[in-house]
Amino acid sequence: MQPTHSSRRILLPVHHWFIWLSLSLALLLNMIPVGHFPLMPDWVALTLIFWCIHQPLKVSMGTAFVLGLAMDVANASVMGQHAFSYVAMSFAAGGLSRRILWFPLSQQAIHVLPLLLGTQVLMLLARMISGSAFPGFAWFLGSAVAALLWHPLTYLLLMPQYRPVDRDENRPI
Amino acid sequence: MNVVGHSPPPFFKRGPAPLAKLVFFLALSILALVADLRFHTLEWLRLGIATVAWPLQRLAYLPLEAGSDLGLYLTRLSTLQNENAELRRRQLSSASQLLRQEHLEDENKRLRALLDMKARQPVPGVVADILYTARDPFARRVILDKGMQQDVVDGQVVIDELGVIGQVTRVFPLTSEVTLISDKNQSVPVQVQRNGLRAILSGSGTGMLELRFLATNADVQIGDVLVTSGLDGVYLHGLPVAKVRHVDRNNAFAFASILCEPAAGVERHGQVLVLGTRTELAPRPEDLPTVDDKPSKGQRVKRR
Repeated sequence: MQPTHSSRRILLPVHHWFIWLSLSLALLLNMIPVGHFPLMPDWVALTLIFWCIHQPLKVSMGTAFVLGLAMDVANASVMGQHAFSYVAMSFAAGGLSRRILWFPLSQQAIHVLPLLLGTQVLMLLARMISGSAFPGFAWFLGSAVAALLWHPLTYLLLMPQYRPVDRDENRPI
Repeated sequence: MNVVGHSPPPFFKRGPAPLAKLVFFLALSILALVADLRFHTLEWLRLGIATVAWPLQRLAYLPLEAGSDLGLYLTRLSTLQNENAELRRRQLSSASQLLRQEHLEDENKRLRALLDMKARQPVPGVVADILYTARDPFARRVILDKGMQQDVVDGQVVIDELGVIGQVTRVFPLTSEVTLISDKNQSVPVQVQRNGLRAILSGSGTGMLELRFLATNADVQIGDVLVTSGLDGVYLHGLPVAKVRHVDRNNAFAFASILCEPAAGVERHGQVLVLGTRTELAPRPEDLPTVDDKPSKGQRVKRR
């Protein structure tokens, strides 16, 4: 049950509504006001990377731009800050998707970490140019936590596609 | 098979090339960045999205609210008793000042009337609760639970019982956003209470405040209380803002580095007072007529 290209398992096609549901749930998680607690992962970025890697034809820069604007409002930051970095991130993730999916999950996470860090660096650049204060290096720990979450998130988001094609009435799931 | 000018039709419909899409969306976001940072023209978009997303935001706030309610419920009796005793002691110690204040205000009013000055009107205020800290790690902002519906407007000053907290910078229908004085981009015109020295106080980005652009020999001592000077027409005169904690007079730099600690509980949560807008100041003087410094005909032009 390996969700990579190297396994022989064929997944069911993904539902559009499930992609949007997962992205809006991530947005909801990002809206929880935790203040400046440093270990909080950027859920939207993580989910976006996931779909950009697994469904590069369905989710790409347009989705990233819309979600970025929503995040800018939710986060009370400068308009375009998240949009800019998410668009760049989804371009990179979409371009790397053919490569990343051949690796086992732990190595996929190592690929995802620099993508997340790059997103944060882009945000940092956009804000430092406008004269904001440096938030401290602890802020980057959020990306490390997000990369650790890659393994469980993959199983969670691919679960609907794991269902068998023919329903067995005696099976609970 | 690719003959010049004739490429085979694409097998799958894939939309525009990724690079074209990247350039388009990056340009769009840079446009948004510039429009918001430089021209502040995207507030309508922000207001629209925030209004639509308000239920979602409220939903996200629920777990935190439940947590704090639980914490409140489980507060120990002894904590409450201690707090009560402390409050009673504070009330008693400030009672004498309060009693005298009424007398002093009356006296002040009479004196002002004598001096034929416009009586300073007491400013109305709205009591608000701090809902939460905004998540933006680059700025120090909090969200209040009062907004357009309660007539909060941009630029209003927010104080707590100890001093100035910040200024309202964005107003949404039901909430408003306050930039704290410890934010790096927030400045307060202040004066030293001891000698009336005027200066600008700005956030240093680390929770402390710094007094900028004061000469190394400026008369500022550790422990000086800084109050608002009221010269800006936004802040009322005499609200306590900060206390000087550290003065570094290094002659290598043009200005002294003076660190201050905010007087109010800037990073704490609780109830605050949003002060009404200040009554209009006297109008600015008319611009002086521009002096015509062009040499008249026949006069010598001096070249530098």
